[in-house]
Order: sequence, then structure tokens, then C-alpha cells
Amino acid sequence: MADEALFQFLHNEVIQYIYKSSEHGEMENGRCITKLENMGFRVGQGLIERFTKDTARFKDELDVMKFICKDFWTCVFKKQIDNLRTNHQGIYVLQDNKFRLLTQLSAGKQYLEHAPKVRKRNGGKLTCQALFIPGQLSPHEWFSLPLSLQYLAFTCGLVRGGLSNLGVKSIVTAEVSVMPACKFQVMIQKM
Amino acid sequence: MAVCIAVIAKENYPLYIRSVPVQNELKFHYTVHTSLDVVEEKISAVGKAMADQRELYLGLLYPTEDYKVYPSHMIIVYYTPVCMFFILIENILLYRHTRYGYVTNSKVKFVIVADSSNTSLRDNEIRSMFRKLHNSFTDVMCNPFYNPGDTIQSKAFDSMVSAMMVQAS
Repeated sequence: MADEALFQFLHNEVIQYIYKSSEHGEMENGRCITKLENMGFRVGQGLIERFTKDTARFKDELDVMKFICKDFWTCVFKKQIDNLRTNHQGIYVLQDNKFRLLTQLSAGKQYLEHAPKVRKRNGGKLTCQALFIPGQLSPHEWFSLPLSLQYLAFTCGLVRGGLSNLGVKSIVTAEVSVMPACKFQVMIQKM
Repeated sequence: MAVCIAVIAKENYPLYIRSVPVQNELKFHYTVHTSLDVVEEKISAVGKAMADQRELYLGLLYPTEDYKVYPSHMIIVYYTPVCMFFILIENILLYRHTRYGYVTNSKVKFVIVADSSNTSLRDNEIRSMFRKLHNSFTDVMCNPFYNPGDTIQSKAFDSMVSAMMVQAS
């Protein structure tokens, strides 16, 4: 039971560290989320190699997504994805109603108050993908981002890395409506 | 009994190649390269079959008149036109090699070329060799200092492969 807390602490500290380095102007603001996502990507690649060592070959994309939702999520977060939706054209939405990495943040509207500032500018839901474009956000906006999105970047990378090692190129974004529930949207890129 | 072991990446370039009789290295590279076609064929055929644990292991690739190849890895060897002829003749007379293949879920292929003059080499032994290879490869993959796509330069991996080759000969 203790090992879950270890990763949560490490994860929080990593985000704090990257957040602080950006404060000193060492890197562009859009890059912080990219850094977190790339970390998750490499970890995801290694994890998938270990988890698929003894599993049977995957039949198709849907099989891969089901594996991610069930076995992969169980191994990493000790629970399964609660809902998987797809439009059968390469878009999958993974919904987790009680995301482990967000449960320690306070539930409710406290951090979502900062969101309207950024939402007005983007004219819609704020996703991690928007933040990958460097220079899109001013320093002020980066700091007022809902903290929950910073906490989801690593997991977005985790999913993207796992999929990439299984031969599926994708873009993974995340959104939070009510903490600790969150949705991960996976867009498969056809070669 | 392994004479040659190779690890091929998803994009069909070698990540790791080792063969025991060093003077024939080129030949092994060639045989492993040709066995890739058979691996591809088997993978595409397998997609229609029922999902099975054993699908990772491809088994005997195909028997040829001189060498049998098990696809697991690819080895690339350079031949010089003149001496190749003599080497081939010599090996046809002396050895028969079998090639075994194994493909992981991340599309990394392992090829083992084994000397079939020792007929005691059984399916189980080959499977256990592949399992050991897969385990070592997973360890290499999880090493944070290893970038996926680089050649494998891990000492632990080398020693595991040496142990498999020594046991064979």
C-alpha cells in the first residue's frame, strides 16, 4: 500500500520543481508541460515492454486500447478506467472518475476558479495540447492555469508512450471537469 | 546450441547481433536478414488467428537445404565474394543450422540461429532461451539511460547471451 504514496509524492515534487524552474525564466512556459509529457512518454515505453511480456499478441487498435484501460491502468494506478468511448474513427475517450493522482488535491471549485481566464482566450475547453505550442500562453496565464492540468501531463505522456511502443501513433490530451474525475482523449494518427 | 543471436528493432534494423564462430559472421548476418521475410509473413498471418500466448513464439522459420533458420534476430554480415563460396561449401558439409523466431508485442524480433547437429535441442529449450532474451531485453528497455532505438550495449545482456551461446557449443 505504501508504494502508491511514494509515486504520488515524487510526481508532485517533479511538477513543483519544473514549475519553480520556469519561474526563474530558465525555459519557455509552454515547455514545462512538454517536459512532463516527454518524461511520461519514456516511462510509458518501458512500462509497456514489461507489462506486455507475457500477454498475447494484440488483434487490433481496440484491443490495444482495452489493454491500456484495464491491465495497464490497473498496474499503474491500481484501478481500471471507468469508461471507454470511441467513435470508431480513431478517437478514444478514457474516463476515470477517481483519478489517483488528483484525489489529494482538493475536490471542488477552488482551483477551477483560475480556469476562466484562460478559457476566454482559447474560447473553449482548455486541453494539454494547446499548451504544447510554445509561446501560446503568457507567464501570467501559465501560473494561473488550473493546477490539475499540470498534474495530468505526465499521465498523458504515459499513455502516449505506451501506445507508441505498441505501434500506435497518437496524441493524448486531458481535461478535468470535476475533480478528481478526468478524461483522457486519445487521437490515433494514421500513417 | 545457439550459434548466433540477433535482436531486430521494429524498423527492421539490428539492435544487437552476436555469433560464435566469428569467421562466418557474414553468413549469419545474411541468413538472419533473409529470415526477416518469413517473420513478416508469419506476423501478418497470425493476425487472423485466435489470440494465443504462443503467438509471440514463431518457431522454426523454414527449412532450407543447407540451413534452417529460426527468426528471432537479424545479423548483418559482410561477405567477400571469393571466400564466401568456400565458406558456404564448408558449412553445408559440416553444419546444419536451424533458425527460430520470436516477436514481442512491441514488434521487436529475436532470431536465434542454432546448430542442428546437436539434435537434443528441443522446443522447450528454445522457448526458454527466448524467454530469457525477452526478460533481458525488457530490463534494457527500462534502463533510463537507454534510448529506444540505440544499439544494445548492456553488459548484463552480453553476459546472458554469452551464457546461451556457451551452453550450446
